[in-house]
Amino acid sequence: MEITTTEYKRCIVVKSVGRIDSYTAPKLEEALLSVTKNGNYKIVLDMEEVDFMSSKGWWVLIETQKTCKRYNRGELVLTAVQERIRDSLDLVGMGSYFQIFDDLVGAVAYF
Amino acid sequence: MVTENFPSRFESLAGIRDFVNLAAKDAGFNEKEIYAVELAVDEACANIIEHAYDGEGKGQIECTCNNINGGLEIIIKDDGKPFDPDSVPSPDFSVDLEDLQPRGAGLFIIRNLMDDVSFTFSKNKGNILRMVKRKKE
Repeated sequence: MEITTTEYKRCIVVKSVGRIDSYTAPKLEEALLSVTKNGNYKIVLDMEEVDFMSSKGWWVLIETQKTCKRYNRGELVLTAVQERIRDSLDLVGMGSYFQIFDDLVGAVAYF
Repeated sequence: MVTENFPSRFESLAGIRDFVNLAAKDAGFNEKEIYAVELAVDEACANIIEHAYDGEGKGQIECTCNNINGGLEIIIKDDGKPFDPDSVPSPDFSVDLEDLQPRGAGLFIIRNLMDDVSFTFSKNKGNILRMVKRKKE
């Protein structure tokens, strides 16, 4: 799994490529923690090239969302989530904790 | 029927998913159904490593895929601690974000994505999880 981080004026875009499971989720967690530890709480996670996501990955995003939303200082939003992954997110019921945008431009413009 | 053994490490999960992916393709499922099978098996095996074996590298996970009439049967065996599905609380996703507890989502996913799910444990055979995915008519 590859993760890249790009700094925009009003938010940080984290792009993950590959499969997120119990083996790779710690890498995503580390990347998101380094963003929040630097005081950035407005984050877009670009999931266009994520083609698998287990519940372990969702818990990483839930914990990041808790950190971002604390004191109303920001939010983690998702973009370009593949349909089958979105289906599983909605099935589990975690979908309501995230705003999901169809494309990156819309997600970045949200902040 | 095909059976393969995997070391109980998180690193094995991708290989286990590929193994069931091929079996699900072979059984004639569509992409969405194949993903559901992969996800259910991934969640089951991650739970085995984390809870039955209490960590990585402590045993094997045996995975069997069997084409049955109208679907695919998957049997996953481990020699870890007995697993009692009734002891796992159902996740509650109606609570506020701050109160969300990371527990029970895997089992919830397995039960919702697969058509038949049963857990058995015996002292000489260990934990046996049997799941069936049926093809929609």
